[in-house]
Amino acid sequence: MSVAIVTERLSKQYRIGELQSTYGTLRDSLTAAARRLARRDHGVHYEEIWALRDVSFEVQEGEVLGVIGRNGAGKSTLLKILTRITTPTSGRAEIRGRVGSLLEVGTGFHPELTGRENVLLNGSVLGMKRREIQRKFAEIVEFSGVEQFIDTPVKRYSSGMSVRLAFAVAAHLEPEILLVDEVLAVGDAEFQRRCLGRMEDLSESGRTVVFVSHQMQAVAQLCDRVILLQKGSAVLDGPSSDVVAHYLQTVGGSSSVRAWADLETAPGDDLVRLRAARVVDENGDTVDAADVRYPVGIEIAFTVLRSGGASLFPKIKLYDMRRNVVFNAMDTSPRWRRPAAPGEYVSTAWIPGNLLNEGLMSVDVSVCSIGAPKLHPHAGSNDAVSFHVQDLGEGDSAKGSFTGQLQGVVRPLLEWTIEER
Amino acid sequence: MADTELEVRDGVPAHETERSQRAQRIDRVTVIKPAPRWPHLDLRELWHYRELLARLAWRDIAVRYKQTSIGVAWAILQPFLTMVVFTFVFGRFANFPSKDVPYPIFVYSALLPWTYFASSVALASSSLVSNRGLVTKVYFPRILLPLAGVTVPIVDFVLALSVLFGMMVWFSTWPSLAIFLAPLFLAMALIAALGVALFLSAVNVRYRDVPYAIPFLMQIWLYLSGVVYAISALPERWQWLLALNPMTTVISGFQWGVLGTAPPELGKSLVGVAATAVFVVVGLWYFRRSEPRFADTI
Repeated sequence: MSVAIVTERLSKQYRIGELQSTYGTLRDSLTAAARRLARRDHGVHYEEIWALRDVSFEVQEGEVLGVIGRNGAGKSTLLKILTRITTPTSGRAEIRGRVGSLLEVGTGFHPELTGRENVLLNGSVLGMKRREIQRKFAEIVEFSGVEQFIDTPVKRYSSGMSVRLAFAVAAHLEPEILLVDEVLAVGDAEFQRRCLGRMEDLSESGRTVVFVSHQMQAVAQLCDRVILLQKGSAVLDGPSSDVVAHYLQTVGGSSSVRAWADLETAPGDDLVRLRAARVVDENGDTVDAADVRYPVGIEIAFTVLRSGGASLFPKIKLYDMRRNVVFNAMDTSPRWRRPAAPGEYVSTAWIPGNLLNEGLMSVDVSVCSIGAPKLHPHAGSNDAVSFHVQDLGEGDSAKGSFTGQLQGVVRPLLEWTIEER
Repeated sequence: MADTELEVRDGVPAHETERSQRAQRIDRVTVIKPAPRWPHLDLRELWHYRELLARLAWRDIAVRYKQTSIGVAWAILQPFLTMVVFTFVFGRFANFPSKDVPYPIFVYSALLPWTYFASSVALASSSLVSNRGLVTKVYFPRILLPLAGVTVPIVDFVLALSVLFGMMVWFSTWPSLAIFLAPLFLAMALIAALGVALFLSAVNVRYRDVPYAIPFLMQIWLYLSGVVYAISALPERWQWLLALNPMTTVISGFQWGVLGTAPPELGKSLVGVAATAVFVVVGLWYFRRSEPRFADTI
């Protein structure tokens, strides 16, 4: 068996500034430069983080490798390097074979162009030769099921149609190595299902697959081997069931409590530090699973270290299993309009009953201030806690007596009015 | 053993055999390394991606003529109406020198290469940012985007040429044999535009001020290029200074061909060629140096 991918001490360093502000204006840079001059501070000081550090592995031809880890562990950075979208800071990798990635589905589609024109364009973008596209054209169109509209501009397509067409092109790329980032793959559940299906097909036909995912079930099912990334480093590499089990038991499992014992190392800056976060029910008890019908609280404990800082307030961000952001919420009460006095605070955000859909929710907690145009996080922990939302099926939730799954990010219980005419 | 694996593999899928050996080798083994300290232009890779370049240029042209309601007419109307305005303002009232040819055809023949240059710079400078989706999701040499940007306005140029021929008949002016050199001067405009746009497009990734600066830059540049007046009527030392602007050579060279006016002086043309070379080298160097960070900062 031969090797499809080798990486040797692959590393990627980002400057924090680059990650936070996607682009600046010339004025910002000039004023920053002027400020540095005024302080006689000639060196450029950026806070630097290693998104990926010394990651080495080999993937055999035909192997299905899973990459798991918490948010920000470096999974997406790894894929971006392997697809050559970004370059590593150090280290090297070698890829043997044609690479395809489902990241690219629909990339370069232009709404003004017809379906036919977009197939040609998208094919080229994905690296197909003209002859190859021409040869596969009929097949692609048939696969997409939009034959009648192939000469209609894509802007008149429904979103489902354009996804089908885009997917048809990607599916005919016939890569020898497929890179899939489920986290980044946009699209609805149907689309993600197609992606997974395509991945299974390819791996069954002996192609090499690298699969980045948050869905442990899918990883355990599809992958032969899994690498666990933590803060940019590969901390575990082994058979998928072992690595997934380890991950669930430690860092990534459903944990409704999290505490930082040591104030020094707790997330935060010189103004505020996180102490703990937990998921509570109405009685204040820690819960792993919440009944969809009743409110559930996210409790954040933090310590304000000094007075006179920015006006702080606690904030939470909820993700569902598919990494959709369910919502962001912050405490807007007037008490946070002034800088808080030093001391310990415990703040609880109450999520009303009959709002969330069923499934595993993951929560980022942070203490922020307003730094226009964005929020400035002073202390934050991504995926700090998580909990399951359950429907016990007693008939008084938004599902009524239906027992299947309802699609959607939220699942509110609405008030319906009816008139008979 | 490792070496042989790079070359061939058993059970190569049928469709693979059809592709050329050369393309296969590039497809086969991809080495990913940190960005080199000293950037260079990988011509072999560019050649490999030539079809994508054509496709991107084709897309820009197709989209442009589909989105606008009078489509093709814009290519002709824009230089034509500018010519009318300039003729009244600079030809009639200000009485600018025009190399002894009727002012309208003088200014129109200058506007053609100028409009090509200005739209190339504008289009190519925004090319990276307007193709953000591509830049952040697929790998290809990023230089293809500004390259496509300077190719697309050639179509407008060719369309607007028809009006020039009409005017040549109307004013009964005859081209000189140097008309066969016109493509060379146009190539010089393309290279100069590419140089400027490589630099500006890379700057635009970081600082979105560029689209605001370009119209202003182009307005000033127009008056320094001998579009509305004949450079040859200026004092000698100013002519030498303006020779640093490649567009002065391009415009007088183009007019030499189509209007039969005096050729651009060799010495000043060489200065222009040297300046063009500097533009493109500096632009390319800056572009290649910034390229590794495009996807992270765009």
